[in-house]
Amino acid sequence: MRTLLFVIQKEFLQIFRNRSMLPILFVMPVVQLLVLSSAATFDVRNTDFSLVDEDRSVASRQLVERFEASGYFTVAQRADQAREADDAMQRGDVGMILHIPAGFERDLRRVGSAPLQITMNAVDGSTAGVAQAYALQIVEAYNRDIQVDYLPAVATPAPARIEIVSSHWYNPELDYKMYMVPGILVVLVTMIGTFLSAMNVVREKEIGTIEQLNVTPIRKGHFIAGKLLPFWIIAMVDLGIGLLVAHLVFGVHILGNLALVFALAGLYLFGMLGLGLWISTFTDTQQQAMFIAWFIIVIGILMSGLFTPIESMPAWAQKLTLLNPVAYFIQIMRQVLLKGAGVADVQPQIAFLTVFASVMMALAVRQYRKIAA
Amino acid sequence: MKTFAGFIVKEFYHILRDRRTLLILFGMPVAQLLLFGFAIRNEVNDARLVIVDPSNDVETREIAGKLLASPYFVGVEFATHAGGVEAAFKSGRAREALLFEPDFAGRLAREGVAHVQIITDATDPNTANTVLAYTTAILQDYQRELAAGATPAGARIVPEVHMRYNPTLESVFLFVPGLIAFILMLVCALMTSITITREKEMGTMEILTVSPLRPAQIIVGKVLPYLVIAQGIVGIVLALARFVFHVPMRGSLAFLIAECLLFTVCALSLGILISTRTNSQQTAMMISLGGLLLPTIILSGFIFPIASMPTPLQVVSHIVPAKWFLIIVRGIMVKGTGIADVWQETLVLVGMTALFLGISIRNLKGRLE
Repeated sequence: MRTLLFVIQKEFLQIFRNRSMLPILFVMPVVQLLVLSSAATFDVRNTDFSLVDEDRSVASRQLVERFEASGYFTVAQRADQAREADDAMQRGDVGMILHIPAGFERDLRRVGSAPLQITMNAVDGSTAGVAQAYALQIVEAYNRDIQVDYLPAVATPAPARIEIVSSHWYNPELDYKMYMVPGILVVLVTMIGTFLSAMNVVREKEIGTIEQLNVTPIRKGHFIAGKLLPFWIIAMVDLGIGLLVAHLVFGVHILGNLALVFALAGLYLFGMLGLGLWISTFTDTQQQAMFIAWFIIVIGILMSGLFTPIESMPAWAQKLTLLNPVAYFIQIMRQVLLKGAGVADVQPQIAFLTVFASVMMALAVRQYRKIAA
Repeated sequence: MKTFAGFIVKEFYHILRDRRTLLILFGMPVAQLLLFGFAIRNEVNDARLVIVDPSNDVETREIAGKLLASPYFVGVEFATHAGGVEAAFKSGRAREALLFEPDFAGRLAREGVAHVQIITDATDPNTANTVLAYTTAILQDYQRELAAGATPAGARIVPEVHMRYNPTLESVFLFVPGLIAFILMLVCALMTSITITREKEMGTMEILTVSPLRPAQIIVGKVLPYLVIAQGIVGIVLALARFVFHVPMRGSLAFLIAECLLFTVCALSLGILISTRTNSQQTAMMISLGGLLLPTIILSGFIFPIASMPTPLQVVSHIVPAKWFLIIVRGIMVKGTGIADVWQETLVLVGMTALFLGISIRNLKGRLE
């Protein structure tokens, strides 16, 4: 037991002796959490558009006013010719072109139907889709109102209708930060823990101090525990700070049991640190270890449902995510923190993380024996 | 000059000797682009739906059938009372619940109004909003069928929508250029971020210090071999984008390659800058990995549109090199833009590169004197 304490003390000393490590481990994650959480949003708030109004009539002006009053659109350019608007879109200045052809109002009054051209910059297809839906809603609302102006109301019997009542649970204001903060926090904690452990043993190998450690009377179990516990503690402290920031700064309501969150985080981190240690034992240089850790972590993040939903992925990719520990832990964080889920609700995730942590530890210990022999 | 040439040859040997690292350097970007290029989508499909139907009549079955026949929903649970809805949300089994009122068809026939309640799991606001919009649209369609012929035609504007550059709304057009920017940025910065630090840690920096090489020469010598590797990676990822993912190439390929060269130099210089500022490989890697990974994903416009961010963060995004490169790549590939439209973005990248290199050289000078 005393040897273990000495190994842990040595590791802590080694980490904190390096003055620049302290801010990297504790300040950098918090700054990233603060800055990035608000940036990660798919809200389509405002689309700048280019207006080509060839009609210049009351009707066209009214329609444009509706667009501006909606809060979703701002006129960024009033073009005299369609050509100018096209150039603006090509440069990337505007996301939409609203082209009102000449004779718009006349057609509307006399023919009863007038064309309107809406061109979206669809490089980002999903944003374009949402903005387009807003635009059509505005046109549709205007259509309804001009019925009253242009035509006398015709009394028709109301057709049977279905009334829809909708409610958004857990996040009624659809605030993106509630969703992103727990996920980004998971990534930050994962990175700190995994990168530190992945570079640890390989560093001793590269510098040559591994030989010295191998000839000391430290037992393998003590050695590995001594290597991992400091990183585990650092990552757990980061998680605690992050949750505090989430609650105080972003107002994330913590509905579930915090003890459950920390217990499962501990389990998850043992798995990820084991993974890091395993990488560390089979690589030759810190550079290799870093690239492999980076490779695995990026796959873990992008295949976790953090940024894009897992259901959107093709079927084979959805199956792959079943092997992704990051995905499970993000699900746990979101469900426990935001929905108040309990142990019973996250059983499959707990089962997977338990298996994952055991397998990783076993792999790391086995591989380490090899290099020690 | 001969010393300089010799130094460059030595650096090349250093890298070529380590076959395993080389394999990793080329293999990883390819594997990531292939995996993510196919897997990352943000259309909402197959949202898991719980249907609570105490009424169970022809109308409700027809509506449920319509929802489930669409590509947007898969049914996971059919119940006659609302008791299980909360559990389905908590365990993450469901994204949306659709609750019909009892005696739905009867009310629709007798009173002309029947009620449907839609509950979404709004922990993910984007999906919640989208599935609600899909459900509403399907219900309204059904209603229109019920009321067919009853609405009179009046004066109306007929909007005609064009989706320019990407008429079929492929997410590949958005994400593959994003992945190229992300992969090049990280791989390049990681490669060089430890080069000088390693010399410091191993003690060989002193040898370089007493050699007749000038700081600028040391940096160029360190960057050059990696620049060659980076161009190899650029070639591979562009070929994959074109031939595997069928991202169009509407602009000039030569111009795109030139911009990629500029961007890789920029990312390599950032790595060198980190390298000159840190004293251990561990610190260097924690900065380049931990400090660049998330900002490059989130603030570059790779996944989240920059226009959606709060204004202060849009300003912060200016310091992310990948943001500028991404505007350029998407422009050239998908929109067919030329230098006339992206010269400003190009200048920003040139400026950043000069800044990174300038500071690196100054840092090294400080060490030498």
